[in-house]
Amino acid sequence: MLNAEKRKTILLLIPIVLVLAGYVLYPTIATLFESFKKNGIFTLDNYHDFFGSKAPANFEALWNSVYISVLSVFFSALIGIPLAYIFNRYDFPGRQFFSNIAIMPIVLPSLVGVMAFMFLYGEAGLVPNAIKDLFNLSKVPFSVGGISGILVVHAYTMYPYFYMTTSSALNNIDPSLEEAAYNLGSNKFKVFWKVTFPLLTPGLVAAALLVFMVSMASFSAPFLLAGGYRVLSLQIYFSKINGDLEMAATQSVILSAVSISFLLFMRWYQSRKDYRMASKGIGAHRSEVNNPVLKWFMVTIGIVAMIILLLPHVTLLMLSLVPEGSWTWQTYPQAFSFENFRLLFDNPNIWEPVKNSLIMTCIACIGVFFFGIITSYALVKRSFIGKNLLDILVMIPWALPATVVGMNLILAFNKPTPFSFGQVLVGTFWILPLAYFIRFIPLVVRSTTAVLEQMDDSLEEAAQNLGAKWFYTFRRVVIPIIMPGVLSGTLLAFVQAIGEFPTSVLLYTLSNRPISIEIMNQLRMFNMGQAAAYGMIQVGLISIVMFIAYRFFGVKTENTL
Amino acid sequence: MLDRHAYGDQLPFIRKWGCCFMSTVNLSNITKAFGSVTAVKDLDILIKEGEFFTFLGPSGCGKTTTLRMIAGFYFPTKGKVKFNDRDMTSVSPEKRNTGMVFQNYALFPHMTVFENVAFGLKVRKVNKAGIKEKVGEVLKKVRLDQYIDRQVSQLSGGQQQRVALARALVIEPDILLLDEPLSNLDAKLRDEMRAEILRLQREYGITTIYVTHDQVEALTMSDRIAVFNAGQCQQIGTPTEIYNKPVNDFVAKFIGETNLLPVTFKEHINSQSLFHAPDIEQSIFVNHTELNIADYNEDDQLYMSVRPETVRIDEAKISGNNVFTGEVSLVQFTGEAVHTFVKINDQLTIKTTDLNHGPSTYLKEGTEVNVQLPEDQIRVIPEVKG
Repeated sequence: MLNAEKRKTILLLIPIVLVLAGYVLYPTIATLFESFKKNGIFTLDNYHDFFGSKAPANFEALWNSVYISVLSVFFSALIGIPLAYIFNRYDFPGRQFFSNIAIMPIVLPSLVGVMAFMFLYGEAGLVPNAIKDLFNLSKVPFSVGGISGILVVHAYTMYPYFYMTTSSALNNIDPSLEEAAYNLGSNKFKVFWKVTFPLLTPGLVAAALLVFMVSMASFSAPFLLAGGYRVLSLQIYFSKINGDLEMAATQSVILSAVSISFLLFMRWYQSRKDYRMASKGIGAHRSEVNNPVLKWFMVTIGIVAMIILLLPHVTLLMLSLVPEGSWTWQTYPQAFSFENFRLLFDNPNIWEPVKNSLIMTCIACIGVFFFGIITSYALVKRSFIGKNLLDILVMIPWALPATVVGMNLILAFNKPTPFSFGQVLVGTFWILPLAYFIRFIPLVVRSTTAVLEQMDDSLEEAAQNLGAKWFYTFRRVVIPIIMPGVLSGTLLAFVQAIGEFPTSVLLYTLSNRPISIEIMNQLRMFNMGQAAAYGMIQVGLISIVMFIAYRFFGVKTENTL
Repeated sequence: MLDRHAYGDQLPFIRKWGCCFMSTVNLSNITKAFGSVTAVKDLDILIKEGEFFTFLGPSGCGKTTTLRMIAGFYFPTKGKVKFNDRDMTSVSPEKRNTGMVFQNYALFPHMTVFENVAFGLKVRKVNKAGIKEKVGEVLKKVRLDQYIDRQVSQLSGGQQQRVALARALVIEPDILLLDEPLSNLDAKLRDEMRAEILRLQREYGITTIYVTHDQVEALTMSDRIAVFNAGQCQQIGTPTEIYNKPVNDFVAKFIGETNLLPVTFKEHINSQSLFHAPDIEQSIFVNHTELNIADYNEDDQLYMSVRPETVRIDEAKISGNNVFTGEVSLVQFTGEAVHTFVKINDQLTIKTTDLNHGPSTYLKEGTEVNVQLPEDQIRVIPEVKG
């Protein structure tokens, strides 16, 4: 029987280990090997070149990446923390509505978001030009582009990390802690800095590290906005396009090293500080704002925030209604119609990317759904040697920048391997669903693990005691209980896969090009309307899936981050 | 009563309630080690058919580990588990046909009351009508029939507890296992459930093993009790045996209240033994009977134990042996009883308990009183080994 348990564990582990070894570990190692190769000889030359004077652009790009990431953290925190504090601690008209709007940036895929920002705040953007015309200025008062553009987009897309962690931390603080501080004679200011803020720090540090990692890996924003400004994730892409795979590998290794060291730091920090609430039964704790000036001030903040947050979505919608060729030199678009959407369904050539995206996303989601379930189960409920190693292996795709995951796959599967059944995967249809699958494994595993850890072992034991075999228990007891976690992870995977750009751009072929790639192509052809229509399709798909998940499975978007 | 089943799948359902699902449980020489920690050591217990048997002990004493070995969640490192004559040592839990009630009830949160109770029957492939009938029947027994379609999260603690009981009973288990089932309930409900469990156990006549750290629960419910400490079974006996004839100081202290003081043997005088108590520099007379003196070895450290309710206390002089004078240091009123603590000297304060007989009988703190430890109520016991 003891052996039967072990046998089950081993049977469970075989597929997990095979998948992780074949599609995570092996590609990572392939990249590492490639970075030490020059013309087929094992050497450190590539690293010499990277840091040396031969290609100063590389070193500069590394610094720029770090610089942008630090500033992104700063600006995201600046927006996210106060917003979370206001929306969670004060009660004023429309609070609930505003706080729902606050997470809108996550339904905007990165590439589409960047595009909307370009049209809003860029050199020819609607907002600067509107201000120019309104005040009769001779030139636009401001415009974002290059580094400022990247930062604005980063702040917009990444502040929700701060907003969400701060919100959940605030809601988890037992109000009696603050009341105790007041009772002991502290004033409001002191209570915030001595009690509330320290309790928020673990969450804030985690959010800061997360934003740092995400912006180190950020690809879409620099891709469209950087101009001559170099960042590391983009350098990898250029090296690959120029055919210098060895340098691309070296750059990947260095970018990964930065990301992974931050991940490790984050884990270490989280394990060091644990302010879990000792008390149970936490009630909502909001002070109603009675001062009318303050109240309307807050409502104003809410409205302004809402407009800024929704402007990109509105812009996208507007652009998608501009027919091809009708908006060329004019400041504002001249005509609106549903032409672009009609074409989408009439012209099979234009429909194809949507179909591709849907198929590939569904394949990847089905994959992560099942793989996530068994992997989380093995990690949480089974004991075996090398668990930590497996845990790390699962999280690697999360720590690695998307561009690096793409490079890893190229370097691993541009030749036949046993893991690809002796085929060359690069240049085929399957490489993209595989890439999505790998990238989004950690999302499902993380959210499933969280639910599984809450599930008491005695439930499985009770089922077993009542005579149920392992598989019956797993099907009838474990899976129904963890389903919300699995679904919310899969939902997030879907949302991200539909809008995926950085790995797609490295791996796509003409026949399996997803929506994001087609948006890029349409932008290159200055066909804004069609690009925006594609963007709307992405946003629409994401919204539908989120709505279904919320409505039928009770999965809340907020919980997925 | 003819057929005995270890395999749940083959369990016939023709048997009627309360007649014949019973089993003896025989644990022989069980040892369970987790790594270098020994949780249970050399355990020998034989539990009879239809018996209400309790494992009693402080937390971490190995009682739950033992229960889980009977359920099959752990396998003994050494020794054998037998149900009747069938060796179950390495049979997997789902094939043992035991019904277990977990400390946290372990109700399936995604199922209704009906589905929870029906789970074990579904596994046994009972047909729909049969399931419906049996679930209805057992829910009536635990008085929850009107809650049949509720989600379990909508039930109170006591109701959840009864669902867990019903779920364990409906599969007609050979043995009912209860792991501290009342520890999550409040005091009033606990009393009620104690009676309820006992009623069901008697009605079904099922062999029951009950794990608890609550001595009152153990004393009031059990046919027999096994007292555990540090992975070892200290004593097995009926509640009165355990209370009146503890085998060592651990059992005496753990079950009920007692006054314990170290003594050394001096001599036999007629039908009595004389012990010296260094704490009070006096001799203590104890009747030389099996009830008053436990088995011990020459080199054992000895204690005398005397229950507070047997100690005589009086302001007037008391004649006879074992009388000491002291000062009342504390009077505790608990409602039905009054505890009076008498300080004899700096080393020794004797606790006495009397039923409440009204305010005129309460002693004042600071009063000088005499206490007598009756020689037929004292029990001399050795110190626990290991």
